[in-house]
Amino acid sequence: MKIVIIGNGISGITCSRWLRKLGDSEITVISSETKYFFSRTALMYAYMGHMRPEDLKPYEDWFWEKNRINLLEAHVDSIDFEAKTLNTTQGAVHYDKLVLALGSKSNKFGWPGQDLERVGGLYHWQDLENMEKYSPGLKHAVIVGGGLIGIEMAEMFRSRKIGVTMLVREASYWNNVLPAEESAMINRHINSHHIDLRLGVNLDSIQDDGNGAAKSVIIKETQEEIQCGYVGLTAGVSPNIAFLKETGLEVGRGIKVDNHLRTNMPDVYAIGDCAELNDPKPGRRGVEAIWYTGRMMGETAAYNIMGKSVAYDPGIWFNSAKFLDIEYQVYGEVPGTLPEDMATIYWEHADGDKAIRINYHKTEKYIRGFNLMGVRYRHEVCEKWLANKTPIEEVLKNLGLANFDPEFYDEYEADVIQLYNKQEGANINLKTKRGLDRVLSFLKS
Amino acid sequence: MKFLQTIGSILVIASILVFIGMLGLGTKSINLESLPGNNEHQNTAITEAINELGATGQEVNHIGFVSLASKIIDKANEIQEAKFKASGAPDGVGEWDFRFGGNASSFKQKMSATAVATGPVQSNPWLFFFLTFGLAIIGGLFFIIPKFSESAGIKHDGIYQSSLTSGLKFGIRTFALAAGIIGILVYGFFKLNNLFWPLVTTVIGLIFIYFVFIKEKSRGKDPQRSASPVNTGWLGVIAGILLVGFYILLYWTPQYIQNWVSMVDPISQKLNGGNASRWFLYGLLYTVIMAVMGIRMLAKYQHNKYQRVRTYSVIFFQTAFAFLIPQMISKLNAANAYDNPIPAPDLKNMWPLDYSFFFNYRLDEMVANGSIGLFMLVWGITLFVIGVPVFVFFFGKRWYCSWVCGCGGLAETLGDPFRQLSDKSLRAWQFERYIIHGVMVAAVLMTIGVLYTYFTGSYSVLGINTEALKAWYAFFIGAGFAGIIGTGFYPLMGNRVWCRFGCPLAGYLGLIQKFRSKFRITTNGGQCISCGNCSTYCEMGIDVRSYAQKGQDIVRSSCVGCGVCSAVCPRGVLRLENGSGDVSERTQVERNVHIKDLIGEEL
Repeated sequence: MKIVIIGNGISGITCSRWLRKLGDSEITVISSETKYFFSRTALMYAYMGHMRPEDLKPYEDWFWEKNRINLLEAHVDSIDFEAKTLNTTQGAVHYDKLVLALGSKSNKFGWPGQDLERVGGLYHWQDLENMEKYSPGLKHAVIVGGGLIGIEMAEMFRSRKIGVTMLVREASYWNNVLPAEESAMINRHINSHHIDLRLGVNLDSIQDDGNGAAKSVIIKETQEEIQCGYVGLTAGVSPNIAFLKETGLEVGRGIKVDNHLRTNMPDVYAIGDCAELNDPKPGRRGVEAIWYTGRMMGETAAYNIMGKSVAYDPGIWFNSAKFLDIEYQVYGEVPGTLPEDMATIYWEHADGDKAIRINYHKTEKYIRGFNLMGVRYRHEVCEKWLANKTPIEEVLKNLGLANFDPEFYDEYEADVIQLYNKQEGANINLKTKRGLDRVLSFLKS
Repeated sequence: MKFLQTIGSILVIASILVFIGMLGLGTKSINLESLPGNNEHQNTAITEAINELGATGQEVNHIGFVSLASKIIDKANEIQEAKFKASGAPDGVGEWDFRFGGNASSFKQKMSATAVATGPVQSNPWLFFFLTFGLAIIGGLFFIIPKFSESAGIKHDGIYQSSLTSGLKFGIRTFALAAGIIGILVYGFFKLNNLFWPLVTTVIGLIFIYFVFIKEKSRGKDPQRSASPVNTGWLGVIAGILLVGFYILLYWTPQYIQNWVSMVDPISQKLNGGNASRWFLYGLLYTVIMAVMGIRMLAKYQHNKYQRVRTYSVIFFQTAFAFLIPQMISKLNAANAYDNPIPAPDLKNMWPLDYSFFFNYRLDEMVANGSIGLFMLVWGITLFVIGVPVFVFFFGKRWYCSWVCGCGGLAETLGDPFRQLSDKSLRAWQFERYIIHGVMVAAVLMTIGVLYTYFTGSYSVLGINTEALKAWYAFFIGAGFAGIIGTGFYPLMGNRVWCRFGCPLAGYLGLIQKFRSKFRITTNGGQCISCGNCSTYCEMGIDVRSYAQKGQDIVRSSCVGCGVCSAVCPRGVLRLENGSGDVSERTQVERNVHIKDLIGEEL
């Protein structure tokens, strides 16, 4: 059986690895971005000089040959689903099973000047090269969009002492995802890193310097012009599926897939950023362009291709990021605005850059979510509590189990409980402090 | 802030220039009070040689004196050989107490090192101490203190863009390493006048290369993860050359560094009542560097208490256990220092890293000193017989390697800017396993030989000369590997070359850590994004990411538990932990498999 995967990001590569684990098929991974898999999430570290570009590759180059995974550097121009053939820049490629792991592209909303030189997103390897190319001598950059990628790009430029202005549409950083307090914390943190954060503003246009490159941006609301040598477009990403429109493949925002990640075409699967679930789990979106779901989809698709029918189950929501120096982890339900039936405990450290939020059901009192800023919690423990709808008071009494901060760090569980007691008029105490043995016996129970 | 740091850098560079330049200051003349012979017979010959050459009172510069000493000893050797041929050794005097032997270089070296030096350094030792140690400390602090006012967080911006810390191109690095090893082997042959052990070492090295390249099929697998950049950072090369040069002077050509030693005489006198030796100089320098660079660690890791506590710990053990306590013991000794000195070892060092622990002169010292000597003997043995297994079981080898050990302490302070240069390729790991266990076996065999000689008085085991083996181990492993390559190569191959590839104690601690320890680094469920910061900053070259992205706990014999992987992880994925709940399952693969019915096999 010849299996072809288009795309060598985390989804496609995870799929190829699991296909190899599960069987002996011929596996080919096609990419025009880079020959070898690299960690897209680490692009920033290569720019900042924390790592060499080679260090972004999780496997040494000989790994692929050793595991008989063929890597084809080519661009797929079109797909003939009838003939099961790909037309690539390296010629026609036949497949028995096809996995589309096409990833995303940076959003551009039709801004004047969006295709100029010195303008770019941060997603592909080529985006990194573009930033490198224009960084020498760069004094100031403007970043449009205030999500996770925008703040990464700001951190990158700041690492080279390049001035940064961030234009953020929302009234507070990423407040469509983060609750107000956490969002405010990040606003403060961004400012403390000498980044010029402009909230509640939109991009009007990018101005041409006369040679086809950006020289400044104009803000829609104020018509203020900001001089800059680079414009970063980081207003989200969307599935990279333009070349598949009107091919008979069913697409919406992304490539439509059932809960076994099958598309409407026989023997064609879609995974990762480019896939859109027909029927996502309650509370989840059809397209989730994140690392972890891509990895899970890759594994699930491999099982299904190899004839072991497994439904895609992303499990309980989790994610993480780092906002400059503040680490962020989330488990379960943590919406930007609190729904009616949800209660929350929000504890913030006096220094203003650590916070713990615990959400629970207002009336039924079971645990619903954790949001951590500058504090590390243990994934498996939180997941188990959430899956079991554990009563909030039981969670709090055993909160030490969740603590994943390094040894000697201050522990804040008792403070969180105190806050809960005050808020709810309760009187509970911390029973279980952190420690691996206690965690293991909890997880095994 | 930038201004202070520029001044700081200038001061440090100035101090290094003075440190090098001062070696040429002043002159030396023969010290008739302290001739280098082992007894009056040899000293008589030396005196005759001095007179014959008319060298008494001659004032020569430091380099010139080395050749003068060489001439004198050659002459003395000639005189003594003539006497020996004519009438043999006098009654009651052993042949080799009389003759100088084929290799007279140790007498030459001793003659130079004990000569009377005069010059600006000797008349103003404190001035030179200020211009070297003083400027370096002030400059270092100027550079470091402003870092305390930076926002807390990971400080790795621009490391791979800096000429000092970005490492060497693979080809140049390979050349430097090969040149280093071959240079040490060849020098060893000349210095020890022994061909057998350098040859044996070469053959063992070739066997290791054969195993890695052919048996383990590393040939053709290009090691991209050797931490070698596209361009060589030449400041790093210069730093490496300075460090290697320092170790060569310190270990093998002390006849040239008398001014350094004279400079710290006043401090030595205050601390232990006697003049400084080169080992006193080295101990002082080591302690000061660790303290200053330790402050740098405190500034760098303001947000990370584990790193701070660990840094305090290594500074404390170096200052107290390795430096001050031995000085105090020596001071107590002052009265009978020559007849029966109380041993004053580094009390936290242990066999087999302290490979000379069982050497006859040290055993004699301990045995001859009643209860305090006995205490030291028992303490030294208890450390590695009981201390190692018990502490490693509970805490992992980190209790020693990154909290107590002096070599580890230097690596974690002076070496921290270079930790990313450790080689993460599979090939490096393959070499590591052969070499470190090879050194461990060598240390054990050498010690068995030494003890055999101590108890039986016979210098030959199975036809092997135990003295030659001992000398070779001290030269090749003790000085060449641990010093020249181990520390000199910090800016070339990372800060733990010795700890990772060579240290026999690390090998022993590691075996226990791997098979009988509660310690592991746990992975936080599925949060890893494979970014690779953990692997990049692992000074032991462990590919931490390969475990983390599979959700596998990290149990590796080489892990020294420095905790930096956990510190640099942007997603809070790694935690150093001790737990007995699942000791037998510590190493299971793919703990967070998304689809549970499959036992993941490593791919």
